[in-house]
Amino acid sequence: MSTYLCALGGAATLLALGACSPSTPDPSAAVIEAPAPLSAEGDFGATLQAALIAAKPGETILLPEGTFQLTDGLSLDVHGVTLRGAGQDRTILDFASQEGAGEGLLVTSDDVLLMDFAVRNTKGDGIKSKGADQIIYRYLTVEWTGGPDEANGAYGVYPVESKNVLVENVTVRAASDAGIYVGQSENIIVRNSVVEYNVAGIEIENSMNADVYGNIARNNTGGILVFDLPDLPVSGGNSTRIFDNEIIENNTRNFAPAGNIVASVPSGTGVIVMANRNVHVFDNNFDNNRSAHVLVMSYSLPFTDERYNPLPRDLVLRDNTYGAGGNDPQGDLAPLAAALGGQLPAIVWDGVDRWGEGEAQPVNLAVQEAPEVGFISFGLGQYPIEPAAMAPSTDRPAGTPAAEPAAIVLPHADR
Amino acid sequence: MSRLAHLAACLLLAACSAAGRDVQRPDLKVILAETPPPVLSDYGLFADVASAVPAEGVMPYDLINPLFTDHAAKHRLIFVPEGKAAQFDDTDVFSFPVGSVLVKTFAFAPDMRSPDEGAWRAETRLLIHKADGWAAYPYVWNEDQTDAVYAPAGQRLAIETVSPSGEPLKLRYSVPNQNQCKTCHQAGDDIAPIGPKARHLAHEGQLTRWVSAGTLEGVPDSVEAEPYAFDPSKPLGARARAWLDVNCAHCHKADGSASNSGLWLSATEESGARIGLLKHPVAAGRGSGGLAQVIVPGDPDASILLYRMASTEPGVAMPELGRSVNDPESLALIREWIGAMETP
Repeated sequence: MSTYLCALGGAATLLALGACSPSTPDPSAAVIEAPAPLSAEGDFGATLQAALIAAKPGETILLPEGTFQLTDGLSLDVHGVTLRGAGQDRTILDFASQEGAGEGLLVTSDDVLLMDFAVRNTKGDGIKSKGADQIIYRYLTVEWTGGPDEANGAYGVYPVESKNVLVENVTVRAASDAGIYVGQSENIIVRNSVVEYNVAGIEIENSMNADVYGNIARNNTGGILVFDLPDLPVSGGNSTRIFDNEIIENNTRNFAPAGNIVASVPSGTGVIVMANRNVHVFDNNFDNNRSAHVLVMSYSLPFTDERYNPLPRDLVLRDNTYGAGGNDPQGDLAPLAAALGGQLPAIVWDGVDRWGEGEAQPVNLAVQEAPEVGFISFGLGQYPIEPAAMAPSTDRPAGTPAAEPAAIVLPHADR
Repeated sequence: MSRLAHLAACLLLAACSAAGRDVQRPDLKVILAETPPPVLSDYGLFADVASAVPAEGVMPYDLINPLFTDHAAKHRLIFVPEGKAAQFDDTDVFSFPVGSVLVKTFAFAPDMRSPDEGAWRAETRLLIHKADGWAAYPYVWNEDQTDAVYAPAGQRLAIETVSPSGEPLKLRYSVPNQNQCKTCHQAGDDIAPIGPKARHLAHEGQLTRWVSAGTLEGVPDSVEAEPYAFDPSKPLGARARAWLDVNCAHCHKADGSASNSGLWLSATEESGARIGLLKHPVAAGRGSGGLAQVIVPGDPDASILLYRMASTEPGVAMPELGRSVNDPESLALIREWIGAMETP
């Protein structure tokens, strides 16, 4: 790479800076050696973008230690590249003065590993990967350092339309939509990560086969969301397991710009399952979520997509631990809770089982929790809400537990 | 006949390579080489690069509706290797033979009300049909305007000009990097041209000219053209859809960069939900502007589409690339179109 770029000589000083300065003492000495980090001198954004464009498949690009101000979004479109910094708190790419692009870093190639760096204060999304199979996000931090704010970017870590997605040991703070959002993808693991002060901590949307475990979702508006939305190229989201997560104190005010689906998430919800099928929530610890620990609901807006089923189906809740919560329901839950005495139990279902002109359909909700864990259905029947039709019930539905999907295995996870 | 032409081309090539750097004709060896040459003049696409005179066999063309790029004037050229021709298609981009080059030069003048006076070139982008697919290469012009230099990492240019409506502009003009070329030119895993479709080209005898030059084959007797978006004598709906087609649909299509939005804006899209009618946003973030739907018929100010077109803020502004200022004329068109829709 160096030789080629340097040959351009004065043609592109930008490039030359990046490629030439981290020179090894004797370029001819070894074919395989640890690459030197990119130079931190000069216009680092240009240096890094040039390196991302010139990278060869299989190459590792090392980022130096330091905080770097970037003025434009970065992008990577070469397969098999590793982009690695000096650490989540040592290599910081700050986009506070970003002038263009919809995200800080966009990856559109396969088999890419991103690790050990931070992305801050992007104008749009933090790191997005689209159509990027076998992507790994590892030991990354994405944050908006001013804390929750409507003007923050939407998603922190944002893989979409991809197969085999691994997100692990990342930290995301203050995204105005979801900290970690996986959309229209399949075969997904999100684990051992910390999401806090986001509107949604983790969101799995219109996706198939996801395992979400070992994460800490705290101080978000809603902790972990599993959604399916109409009118998208990929829909019919199903088969997600959410287990062994700490889902606590997700009581941050909802700061999502209106119009976005998460803008309707009531502050103080732990897990929300909406219009998705075969979702298993088990062995999690819920505590101090002021609206409800678990909210199960139908998609509530009108839609025209004929393939779409707005009901949650085949949901299993088992063996979770539930602390205090439901003591101060917010958002759309507030008026419903008010009609029931002002508080909500751990598990709340909207009780919607039909839409349009259709008949009621089986939702198959299986609640296998300790006997003292509270449950309520609002018995709404369908949207839009008609208060008169509300038929609340605390009887747990007697669903047959759907077979649990096998653990997700990602062939590239050990890379 | 075509074999003869091919032979002639081969001889010519040989002659040219022998003559070294004084090449005045497109050099297929350079065009098809694995790596792009450092300067634009190396391609031989111009008889005289400094004065932008195209070489023989390189033909100027234009689009009925160009993409808005900060009021830049655009000069397009097409080269199809001698003895070969592009194949006509009635909806998609024409099928161009390997070795074809699309050249687009972006130019500014101190006052864009008279874009030829004191004009200078900012950048030239090439789309080259290589043996294994299309590739995009950006070149930035030097200060003396004698040549343009390969600039894969892109660049921001500070440009002061006056808009066609007389408004003074300070642009932070963005020369896209090579990956950003793909953001707009994506077609599945590949990249592809956007402009050279029948409906964008069929005006003022242009297709006939392409056929006479041997550049294009298979053109039917009648070709349906889109209307010029700002010709008030043409139907409003068709003009707005033509504008969206050229300015948005390169990303907002099934195999484009914005496929996941489910908002597909090609002029040929027939689903109301897909073009945004009462559609809720998916990943808009603050791009929603607090609004609930992409297009609210009859209410342009409640429509996210118009809100994002009218913003210049990164993360909100659409398109994401290539626009740092607003285009009042385009905004007026889309406002009129949404405003005229019947309320549901």
